Amino acid sequence: MDQTQLSARIAELKANLAALGQQADQLAAQVAHAAQPAAEAAGGHGSFFVTGLTVLVLACFVGYYVVWRVTPALHSPLMAVTNAVSSVIIVGALVAAGPAGFGFSKALGFLAVILASVNIFGGFLVTQRMLSMFKKKGK
Amino acid sequence: METLSALLYLVASICFIMALRGLSSPETSRQGNIYGMVGMTIAILTTLASPIVQSYWMIVLGIAIGGAIGYVVAKKIEMTALPQLVAAFHSLVGLAAVFVALAAFYSPEAYGIGLRGAIAKGSLIEMALGTAVGAITFTGSIVAFAKLQGLVTGKPLVFPMQHPLNAALGVLTVILIIWLVQSNADVAMWLIVVVALALGFLLILPIGGADMPVVISMLNSYSGWAACGIGFTLQNNLLIITGALVGSSGAILSYIMCKGMNRSIFNVILGGFGGESAAAGGPAKGPQGSVKAGSAEDAAYIMKNAQSVIIVPGYGMAVAQAQHALREMADVLKHEGVDVKYAIHPVAGRMPGHMNVLLAEANVPYDEVFELEDINRDFGTADVAFVIGANDVTNPAAKTDPSSAIYGMPILDVEKAKTVFFIKRGMAAGYAGVENELFFRPNTMMLFGDAKKVTEEVVKAMEA
Repeated sequence: MDQTQLSARIAELKANLAALGQQADQLAAQVAHAAQPAAEAAGGHGSFFVTGLTVLVLACFVGYYVVWRVTPALHSPLMAVTNAVSSVIIVGALVAAGPAGFGFSKALGFLAVILASVNIFGGFLVTQRMLSMFKKKGK
Repeated sequence: METLSALLYLVASICFIMALRGLSSPETSRQGNIYGMVGMTIAILTTLASPIVQSYWMIVLGIAIGGAIGYVVAKKIEMTALPQLVAAFHSLVGLAAVFVALAAFYSPEAYGIGLRGAIAKGSLIEMALGTAVGAITFTGSIVAFAKLQGLVTGKPLVFPMQHPLNAALGVLTVILIIWLVQSNADVAMWLIVVVALALGFLLILPIGGADMPVVISMLNSYSGWAACGIGFTLQNNLLIITGALVGSSGAILSYIMCKGMNRSIFNVILGGFGGESAAAGGPAKGPQGSVKAGSAEDAAYIMKNAQSVIIVPGYGMAVAQAQHALREMADVLKHEGVDVKYAIHPVAGRMPGHMNVLLAEANVPYDEVFELEDINRDFGTADVAFVIGANDVTNPAAKTDPSSAIYGMPILDVEKAKTVFFIKRGMAAGYAGVENELFFRPNTMMLFGDAKKVTEEVVKAMEA
């Protein structure tokens, strides 16, 4: 094997290596590409709807049985406390008001935070006021 | 991080369920309310800790402003004005839902549901439904508030073509939602808001004042479903669970209220009850006869010599703020060895359980207060039924007269007591526009005047 043959062989190997590298890159890209829809399917919208619906239906059943057990005397506090609790919508408002910078959505989020806070504080407090009045005989 | 926050949201959901569970008895209820507060705190802190929230000053400012308003209102409110307060609170939830949905529409990236102008179709449907229900809750609750506060007439406002118009607006909303999903257009979103706002306004307008217990419960339910819709948009289980709890709670309360009036929910929603049509048919065929009016002294004498007295409070007691005077009267009677109980009709007052709260406020122990099914048999053995500010819920026409507007409604059998006292300002018919034949019975004595003043006079006569 002489010098020229050796250098030609090295050049060939180099080319092969480059081709291989390219192939690996392509493969990686392909894998990434294939993984993306898979990830979307796992955490994406389509399946959340089913999960959400499951949760919704089960929660309705829980609500049904729990609320029927509420004594009629406490129906007013029930309305006040459910009202306070439904202000958990503040979670969505916080996400809107949270990002840095300023924009239309942030302004909406800010307003929603105020509205929901009125309800949270007002609702729980007025419930507490009502409940503190219910006393037993002889106390 | 995401798993942790999901788990914390789950804890918050359980806390909310425990809060409702606590209300099964007055003893556990205060603890339940604390669960509710804990759950809300967990939910807020978890969201604040998520990476999407980066600037805090605006949030803190918002919570401070809103919290201060809520605190002051809740501390100052009179218990008689509770229904208005709850209606006002419902409107705020509705409006907040609209704002959150719009915020998600304008920056979907923050919620991970797509890009501006290219939001996933499913998310758009959920968003649009959340917005529509929220907007209906907002204006509907404002109308309910105005009616309860007396800013507009409590009489049902009926106009021609009302139902076709509402139906058309409903169909229009559906069409707009389809358009929004197809086009992602801003205009469609805003039109949904406007149409739904109008619809909420028109839906509640024709419903009369005494049907407000049903309306408030229904709006309570709507505010829950609005939260649910937003929960789907944000892909947040906590919102879905809470929304479902609130939604089913409101629905059950509406059902109980409707049953208390023997009316279907559709009958109430379609409205117009207690307007001219019912009033025109009612008084004409009512039994006429002589009415026996008594004095406070008569009432005091009879009650002091009675074995047992059952007090039947109604909305009139709330209007006159007579609950404290009433409790004083009961105290004097108990001191004389008279057995005193309270009987509460499911639809007494302007919201579910309103009378119970007013009596509790006047320090009436809750174990002296009974629901209709539990006390109705006792009227047969009671010496005195003391009806204060109630009318239709005692009217025997509900059992005997199939042509009556209130026929089939469960009533308190006050007519079975030996003596019946009615405190009323005058002879006017009740809300349903039906004459009460009890007023003309020989064992009935009318005490004309303001509920509070008459009760105070009775107390004075008893102590004399």
